Amino acid sequence: MPQSSQTAVNEPPGQKAPPRRSSVASGLRASFRSGSLTTLLLFLPPALVFFTLFVILPVGESGFFSFFNWNGYGHPHKWIDFGNYLRVLNDPIFRLSLTNNLLVILVSAFIQVPLALWVALLIADQRRSSMIFRAIFFVPYILADIVAGLIWRYLFDGDYGIVGTVFRWFGLEAPYVLAQTGWATAALLLVVVWKYFGFHMALFIAGRQNVPLDVIESARIDGASRWNITRFIVLPLMRPVVVLSVFFSLLGSLQLFDLIIALTDGGPLNSTHSAVSYLYTFGIKRMQVGFGSAVGVLLFIICVLVMLFYKRLFMREAESR
Amino acid sequence: MVVSNFGGWVVPRSVVGNHHRRFQDERRPAHQRAGFPSAMDPRQLYINHHDSSLLADAWNSTVIATFTVVLTLLVSSLAAYTLAHIRFAGRKWIANYLTLGLTFPFATAVLPVFIRVRDLGLLDTYWGVILPQVAFNLSFSIVLLRSFFAELPRELFEAAIMDGCSYPRIFLRITLPLSRPILATVAVLALVGSWNNYLLPLVTINDDSVYPWPLGIMQFQGQYSTDWGKVLAFVSLTMVPAITLYLLAQKQIIAGLTSGAVKG
Repeated sequence: MPQSSQTAVNEPPGQKAPPRRSSVASGLRASFRSGSLTTLLLFLPPALVFFTLFVILPVGESGFFSFFNWNGYGHPHKWIDFGNYLRVLNDPIFRLSLTNNLLVILVSAFIQVPLALWVALLIADQRRSSMIFRAIFFVPYILADIVAGLIWRYLFDGDYGIVGTVFRWFGLEAPYVLAQTGWATAALLLVVVWKYFGFHMALFIAGRQNVPLDVIESARIDGASRWNITRFIVLPLMRPVVVLSVFFSLLGSLQLFDLIIALTDGGPLNSTHSAVSYLYTFGIKRMQVGFGSAVGVLLFIICVLVMLFYKRLFMREAESR
Repeated sequence: MVVSNFGGWVVPRSVVGNHHRRFQDERRPAHQRAGFPSAMDPRQLYINHHDSSLLADAWNSTVIATFTVVLTLLVSSLAAYTLAHIRFAGRKWIANYLTLGLTFPFATAVLPVFIRVRDLGLLDTYWGVILPQVAFNLSFSIVLLRSFFAELPRELFEAAIMDGCSYPRIFLRITLPLSRPILATVAVLALVGSWNNYLLPLVTINDDSVYPWPLGIMQFQGQYSTDWGKVLAFVSLTMVPAITLYLLAQKQIIAGLTSGAVKG
């Protein structure tokens, strides 16, 4: 085979692709030999089965169940049209829960994220102290929501907690923060900021350290002030991280649950529920599967709308890249 | 079986751990047994009963988290490898399907998941928590793994295929060993997510001998809400594994989150 050996020698080393076959049969044979067909048939099904069985089907079933008055036993047969939806949407507690979700989103987007960005920019230059700060602020984020909720429930406890103790030092009457409607919501917002601050800060520090140093260096040589460097170079370059961080806080805020159960359990007077804790308290706890599913579907619609809207508005450039 | 579980939903969880108390009953005089709470020293009760049951809860959490991590890694890396390296009709469609979960709130699925787990007979078992957790981990894990796998140097694959190495062998011998950092990220996220999970076990586990620790601590707190010292002491114990892991893997997690999500 002088011909083939000659071409092999003449070919540059990088282009030794396997010989192409044109016919389907030989292609199949090749994929058997390389194991690509086996891989396809063995590697993919587990994920598809898991995902379909426990994620996709349940979401669909939620939509189905939401049209029934059903306690979860036997087959659902009491079809009540949009009865569950009407009940949910007319429930002032549900509206208040959504308002709370909105409050959490607003506080995350307009207080927590800017604050985290500011602190991150302050400390990102000093590598060592940024490591230490990041570790400290990251701890609340690592804590289970349940734990964070319990710790703050203790701190706010008028009889035993720190807040009560401090008030008594000054001879004042201890407030029961979590037992008063407005204050309990404020306390919840405070705990949310405290808990997720470190996560956003860590994202921002990572983003800041990805800004190429030579760009900043050349701006400095050109005499740009520190503020101008931040305003016109660093912040625009960090835009994707900020967009991402707000995205995470949107996702997290809409799913807020454990923290509320541990901190206030939705009280006082059901004033601190979120959509999910509302779903749990009024749907799951009472085994009203139809009603709970309707709440779940509404939450789903809200989530998808918010995500689509947000992606459309802010994340387009990330997709086109 | 089902009916008794249903009873558990109506009768609140505060019906305290009979399971553990039973063991102590034998050693007690009749008038002090579980049926006669007035004769019991409450202090005795919770030092013997609750300390051991909270440790048992931590063990339950450990088992659940271990299986969740192993299964998540296995299932998602297999799928991600196929999607990254094998061209087939409908690949894009399947990839998009598997990432649908990214925007699904778990709460939407929770009631049907409960019913599915019940119909499979897995209520009050570890699997009733493990399987749904793995399923809900898949989307994000596959996104992370797939983009990492796709960025591994092509020359390695070409060389391996030239040498007659099959795709499954490439996966075992080349892809997995080179992907340790991203596998670690996925593992830590799955581990901490499972360790801290509350809503799912709250729904699928009713028997407090199978409780993971968040359920145990909430039950404990509900009963002894004034004994903050004890609650907080146990809380600190449960924080140790999560904090250690996160601090070790923090950099990779942040890098993984930013890279994966920016591209996704």
